[in-house]
Amino acid sequence: MWDYTDKVKDLYKHPKNVGTIDNADAVGEVGSIVCGDALTLYLKIEDNIIKDAKFQTFGCGSAIASSSALTEMITGKTVDEAEKITNRDIVDYLGGLPEQKMHCSVMGREALEKALANWRGEEVASHEETEGEVICQCFGVTDPLIRKVIRENGLKTVEDVTNYTKAGGACGSCIHKIEDILTEELKRQPVAAGPEAKKGRLPLSNIKRMQLVEETISDVVRPILQKDGGNIELVDIDGRKVMVALRGACANCLVSDVTLKNLVQEKLREFVEDDIEVIEVR
Amino acid sequence: MNRTVYLDNNATTMVDPEVLDAMLPFLKEQYGNPSSMHDFGGDVARDVELARKQVADLLGADNDYEIVFTGGGTESDNFAILGTLAYFRDRRHIISSKVEHPAVLNLYRRLEREGYRASYVPVDRDGNLDMEFLKKSMDDDTAIVSIMHANNETGVIFPVEEIGALCRERSIPFHIDGVQAAGKIPIDVKKIQCDLYSISGHKFHAPKGMGVLYIRRGTRIRPLMYGGHQERGRRPGTENVPGIVATGKAAELALKNLPAEERVRALRDRLESGILARFSNVQLNGSKDARVPNTTNVGFEYIEGEAILLYLNEKGIAASSGSACSSGSLEPSHVLRAMGVPFTAAHGSIRFSLSRFTTEQEIDYTISVLPEIIDRLLEISPFWDSATKQCRPVNIQS
Repeated sequence: MWDYTDKVKDLYKHPKNVGTIDNADAVGEVGSIVCGDALTLYLKIEDNIIKDAKFQTFGCGSAIASSSALTEMITGKTVDEAEKITNRDIVDYLGGLPEQKMHCSVMGREALEKALANWRGEEVASHEETEGEVICQCFGVTDPLIRKVIRENGLKTVEDVTNYTKAGGACGSCIHKIEDILTEELKRQPVAAGPEAKKGRLPLSNIKRMQLVEETISDVVRPILQKDGGNIELVDIDGRKVMVALRGACANCLVSDVTLKNLVQEKLREFVEDDIEVIEVR
Repeated sequence: MNRTVYLDNNATTMVDPEVLDAMLPFLKEQYGNPSSMHDFGGDVARDVELARKQVADLLGADNDYEIVFTGGGTESDNFAILGTLAYFRDRRHIISSKVEHPAVLNLYRRLEREGYRASYVPVDRDGNLDMEFLKKSMDDDTAIVSIMHANNETGVIFPVEEIGALCRERSIPFHIDGVQAAGKIPIDVKKIQCDLYSISGHKFHAPKGMGVLYIRRGTRIRPLMYGGHQERGRRPGTENVPGIVATGKAAELALKNLPAEERVRALRDRLESGILARFSNVQLNGSKDARVPNTTNVGFEYIEGEAILLYLNEKGIAASSGSACSSGSLEPSHVLRAMGVPFTAAHGSIRFSLSRFTTEQEIDYTISVLPEIIDRLLEISPFWDSATKQCRPVNIQS
């Protein structure tokens, strides 16, 4: 059973603003029956003010609650105000959502965006023309959407991206693409603690660095991998380049690239030096 | 209605009060170790052996020592498969079906990563096994065939006797995951000609944490764990005496109550036909003919399963769903997908599973509250036009 907040429970039991609006000024449709959730949002807009908002949702409890929350939040707001609403705001309005259900809030915001584009008379043609490359074919999630959600919610891992957008949650073939997007986006963000942390560290001698790398791999990284039946072997260290080989379950794992970057490299950067680079050798 | 209407008995069952009474002394004064030399332990050993006999009777086993108590259905499945592979080290091919429980399916995936070749027998739209595929898959390299007796999601029964005969002809070890069959349909391991048969206590009114593996006399298998002499060394470790006694009692009651399963079948059919007659957006998932008597799986189109469960929960009714959302994964049930159930219905699938404790009032109550729930969710759905009572054109593309 999901740990839903009282607000979420209240809103899926008694959703507000269910229905359609005849002669709506704006309509936004997202999702599909194949994906398992879909939302249609109807807006009545007069003098740049959203006078009325109605919705219809196919989805779970949190999808119904997120849709209801969205319509309550935007009614009475100007279009400019409504445009500033993020999926985070929907989550806050609900008092929180389980991590795996975050995509419901993203769906709400997406529908609003589409409805407002529709109101402005922007033609919503095919996915790719207007919204960029489709990264996740299973759920039809585009590159710009993934980037936007990463930025607005400060996402760090592929799992986060899947929870928020569903991308990568079915066949998993796009996981490496999501990983690339994450790496790009994380580089773009100024890391607040980064420069400070660097200042606090003394430069390492080669011997000291090797010692620390060995310790971190055997005390921190290996136990984590062993939990999943995997293992790691330290092959060589060349300056700041650390050569490792993944063993056991990790060796044939589809997401071993992710493990390398998010776990091995991350831990070495945390415990040794900020610019350690991990390279897999087979 | 204040009490929960519990229609999720394929997930777990209530402990039968008689079973609880039978096990309680072993949690209190009769705490002896069955291996001890003194009477205090020796008396307990006799109760363990009685339980073994009770379980042997439920499964139709000739010899009590063919029954090994384990820590649950998942352990029994793992023991059967890994123990067989440990014996037949040179055989590298394993067979199962696409609709198995994760206790078998995820073990097979793991074995594939270790270099085993696995064949997964597909099912048709009704959930019936493709027997031709199974026959063609079997070869000299096949180390084990592991097939479930009845499916946990749809209740569909597989032709285990036919499979047993095929395996025996070819001398291939045959394991059955019978977790969803025990207590629901008669089981005769001799007639089936299986070598291994797994069951789980809490699916037939014993407490959780108890499993059984039937190991036919002469079956070549290695233990999973090494330790003491308990269970003839096949499952070492001091026996969970209260759990074993409870499982024995539950097995005895299950066998005794098998004729009463016809009453359960009548209630299930009443619920099922009530639902199918009332709604136009519903379909039955799984063969109507070969099914355990307590299970029905219905797919409501254009609405989502988790939402139905939450609304049922509000009315005090406990059921389960094969929808993506309710499982926490993002895809609907692997069983329904293997059957080719369209997405329009898979996301809205609901499983009701009854037990001998289910009452007619509970079934009628469920039938009476469903329309309110389903109609409300249809009203919320963008794929349904409540005015015309028809679906809107659905864009199947994602």
